[in-house]
Amino acid sequence: MNLTLNPEHQTFADEVRAFVRDNLSPATREKTFSGKHYDRDDHIVWQKALGRKGWLAYTWPKKYGGPGWDVTQRFLFENVLAEEGAPRILPFGPKMVGPVIYTFGTEAQKERFLPGIRSSEVSWCQGYSEPGAGSDLANLRTRAVREGDHYIVNGQKTWTSFAHWGDWIFCLVRTNTEAKPQEGISFLLIDMKTPGVTVRPIIMTDGAHHVNDVFLDNVKVPVENLIGKENEGWTCAKFLLANERLGIAEVPSSKRGVSMLRQIARIEPLDGGTLADDPAFTAQIADIDLQVQALEMSELRVLSTMAQGGAPGPEVSTLKVRGSEIQQRIAELTMEAVGEYAQPYQPGMLFHDTNETPIGPDHAPPAAPRYFNMRKTSIYGGSTEIQKNIVSKMVLGL
Amino acid sequence: MDLSLSDEQKQLQESAERFAREKYTFENRRKIAATERGWLTENWAQFAELGWLGMAFSEEDGGYGGGPIETMIVMEQFGKGLVLEPFLPTVVLGGGMIARAGSADQKAALLAPMIEGKKQFAFAWLERQSRYNLADVSLKATKEGNGWSLSGHKGVVYNAASADEIIVLARTAGSAREPKGLTLFVVDAKAKGLSRRDYPTQDALRASELTFDKVSVGADAVLGKVDEAFPVVEEAVDRAIVALCAEATGCMDAINAATLEYIKTRKQFGVPIGKFQVLQHRMVDCFTNAQEARSMTLMASLKIDDKDPTVRAKAASGAKVQIGKSGKFCGQSAVQMHGGMGVTDELSVSHYFKRLTMIDLMFGNQQHHLTRYSNLAMAA
Repeated sequence: MNLTLNPEHQTFADEVRAFVRDNLSPATREKTFSGKHYDRDDHIVWQKALGRKGWLAYTWPKKYGGPGWDVTQRFLFENVLAEEGAPRILPFGPKMVGPVIYTFGTEAQKERFLPGIRSSEVSWCQGYSEPGAGSDLANLRTRAVREGDHYIVNGQKTWTSFAHWGDWIFCLVRTNTEAKPQEGISFLLIDMKTPGVTVRPIIMTDGAHHVNDVFLDNVKVPVENLIGKENEGWTCAKFLLANERLGIAEVPSSKRGVSMLRQIARIEPLDGGTLADDPAFTAQIADIDLQVQALEMSELRVLSTMAQGGAPGPEVSTLKVRGSEIQQRIAELTMEAVGEYAQPYQPGMLFHDTNETPIGPDHAPPAAPRYFNMRKTSIYGGSTEIQKNIVSKMVLGL
Repeated sequence: MDLSLSDEQKQLQESAERFAREKYTFENRRKIAATERGWLTENWAQFAELGWLGMAFSEEDGGYGGGPIETMIVMEQFGKGLVLEPFLPTVVLGGGMIARAGSADQKAALLAPMIEGKKQFAFAWLERQSRYNLADVSLKATKEGNGWSLSGHKGVVYNAASADEIIVLARTAGSAREPKGLTLFVVDAKAKGLSRRDYPTQDALRASELTFDKVSVGADAVLGKVDEAFPVVEEAVDRAIVALCAEATGCMDAINAATLEYIKTRKQFGVPIGKFQVLQHRMVDCFTNAQEARSMTLMASLKIDDKDPTVRAKAASGAKVQIGKSGKFCGQSAVQMHGGMGVTDELSVSHYFKRLTMIDLMFGNQQHHLTRYSNLAMAA
């Protein structure tokens, strides 16, 4: 047992770093460090570069076109990307639906869908939540009725991130209304260009448009787009959620957040010196720094088990809970570091390319919006309350 | 001891409650926030008519002889409605400093029209480097003939775009961060050499960055004594803090009520989510937090007139600590219990949460006031 990297891993990390520096657009990198919102191209141009290198689907086995990396390589890859200011890889294709397709799909489906996911030529979004099915996901009502070679789909999905950029949506739909809630669900792939698919933006508290309602009105979906067996979609759904919960702790970006917070404390003025001179504040940074380390080590322990052939168990829910609390706390401390100058609302500095100078310091514009926005992390991907229910039931047997 | 409201105070509470309920429905507020000024002149005229602009001032000053309790009553209802009219900068801060430090002429020229609803103020104290230190002022005022010339920068000045006069805290003597050597000036908002960059704040109020480039004012622009402004400012800010605390208690009541209603009606797993004990206990904690906030605000409102500045300062800081803590708890909990809906722009919850968050950052956050309180308490 040891924590040190062997020379091959060190070389690997150097190679990844060189690749990011050569391929990530400086404008995109700058957005990461200034807290601006990315536009579609920031994500897609970068993901296509990763795709050409064969690194976009970096968690996939070689058999399906992934690099077949070990746990250490994945860990290094994620960390180097975050350190270098790369946008997070949008998970919907490579981390969510991709593994579902290669695990449960037919050969024809793998051939048809996996290449576009690996290359980022095709963008995906996730049709899980509905107005009446949030924490109680199995209560979903979107109906798919078989008519010949097609399903006719009717219903509404909500909180669909990047549906406005999506070419395809993977949906949980109800194919049997008679069975128990979990037993009448199917996993269906829907082309967003199909007539009857409408996307309506939901504007978030920071003024951003990331999520949407997706209305499905008599949408005709070929039966060949069904993944797995009809009425057995819940198995795919759970498989996907377990994968989602593993990466959702966002440890590398929190490490970057802590170092940016220290940087801000060194700049923010306080009584002739800087905020870095205030032991009450720096102690709070140290506290969150240590929480990040504990989370990272816990995640590494899970990954290490997986490397020995184990599956991620329900305990990954604790990583998601702590990961979201940590992201929220970092955003909160960053806003507090900015102080009074977190009050001006500067959407121009967040959403657009602009020559305007910010009001207050350069790091001020995103501070409060990010704090507001990060409240979502303990809600999405299974709320903190749901994750704790899972742990109390599945891990502790309560 | 008697902590109940008088009949007049109850009437004031009812009329402020009615104003917030009728004029500040969520949709109305959105419309008001989108107007050019960001508030309505007809509402301001109504405040004057109802006597709210003069209620906290003495009869000698042309007011109606009320005090901090009246301010608390009105601010609390403003918090419930997320009212946008610039009551705090104009009446509590501007009016408060003029009443405390102004000459008879200044009171006649400024305070009387303010009470009639004909003048508004802004208070420019913060600078880029100040953080929460009221004495960290570098905007310089230098003698120029009989008057003064002001040069420097002020930031996050609420209501500067609508104000008739800007009350500016400037350094006339002493070194950086020295409380002695600060002077208040009343500056015409249209003065030559004064430029503004206006913007909305996170919570839909309006503020500005101000640049003073050799702005000339007469000797009569000095509010109070030259070099002796610090105690005046400190007291005015303590009063503003207590008024903000009252506003925050109103916000907490409203956000808790909205959340309670939501968890009673939102169904998951076949039952209202309020049937789950984990949410019940969280809701109870929200309720308790709001109670504590109300108690500390009331205590501070009752102590803010104390002759001993330490008593006053401890009360204001103590209440601000509680508001910071309770506001964060109620705000974050409300968002969490609303789920995804809580982080959208579509419901009032996120707007109350933003206001509570900004209140914590104004005039010193929870940590700042904990330190201030602690230093005052240890010195005693």
